[in-house]
Amino acid sequence: MIAVAPAGLAAMFGHFLLLSLLSVGGAITVAPDMHRVLVDDLGLISDAQFNASIAIAQASPGPNVLFVAVMGYQAAGLAGAAATLLGIMLPSTTLALAAARWGHARREWRAVQAFKAGMAPIVIGLLFATGWILDAKVPGWHHVLLTVAAAVLVWCTRLHLLWLIGAGALAGAVGWV
Amino acid sequence: MTDGARDLARPASKRELFVAFTLLALQGFGGVIAVAQRVLCERRRWLTREQFVDVLAVAQVLPGPNVCNVALMVGDRFFGWRGAFAALAGMMAVPLVIVLLVTALYAEFSANPAVAGALRGMGAVSAGLIVGTALKLLGALRANPLPLPAGAALLAAAFAAVALLRWPLIWVILGLGVAACGWAWARLRPRAGAAGQP
Repeated sequence: MIAVAPAGLAAMFGHFLLLSLLSVGGAITVAPDMHRVLVDDLGLISDAQFNASIAIAQASPGPNVLFVAVMGYQAAGLAGAAATLLGIMLPSTTLALAAARWGHARREWRAVQAFKAGMAPIVIGLLFATGWILDAKVPGWHHVLLTVAAAVLVWCTRLHLLWLIGAGALAGAVGWV
Repeated sequence: MTDGARDLARPASKRELFVAFTLLALQGFGGVIAVAQRVLCERRRWLTREQFVDVLAVAQVLPGPNVCNVALMVGDRFFGWRGAFAALAGMMAVPLVIVLLVTALYAEFSANPAVAGALRGMGAVSAGLIVGTALKLLGALRANPLPLPAGAALLAAAFAAVALLRWPLIWVILGLGVAACGWAWARLRPRAGAAGQP
């Protein structure tokens, strides 16, 4: 962690405000641009710290967007975490709230119903794609079995999800995955 | 939350929203969407499966983290903007503290092979949780005005474009989304009784 001048914090904050509005599909979709700014341009964190930020957020409970706070924290401590996290959240949150209200107030409109009906299969297809992409990042085939087993158990049973996560952690810790 | 669902529950207070979303977020490793569906639709019954897909559709199309957008919208429907804030704060506050603590510990433990293995195993399972959730939500397509084969084709196309071809999400949503919504708009014509609506 380095001492970052207020101007550096402001630059981070401003850039993340902008990225927020581009982050369709989640903050991870604009991660390449975060890399460009934080690692290449401002030189606030290293490549390894950048990758670790994403890994840490994945392994911790809560929404994956918190990787943004980890980057800010590694760059400039708590002030940095506040700058990046508030930056990435404020615009998208405001927009989501306004759009959701607009749509809900007009939920009987044919256009709004057509939007929901048309998007439903696409949204489900995107969930399958997310699962696929997460799995494709890991080499080998044991983890594919683990993924399929977890998917079937979620689909067909009401087993608590933490048991599944725990089983995955155990399988990995003993070196099976 | 009308939308024709009868036996749904609702949170009693903003505090209940905050607590529910905190607990939900704390169970979500490698993504919260699977837990959100389980808790909101099955355990607390605040949303039907169809409503969850609706909310998720808006959350996916708009910029921002999907699960955070879901929390906002669910909170907003029950308690207005204060509810939205309560749900979002629940989703983020405690996990933020935890993730920063983990960051402090990470450097020490990341080289440990058992820890690295455990993280890989958790990653594989969290991919499975998302796939299992998608399988469960398939049932919501039965009530869709699009014919089932059309829905299946759109689903497959969205999957192939993003997972296999790695096209940018924004183009997939714009391209497939406009086609799908236009199709649905045409299908809705016969029973759109309310004249004069756009």
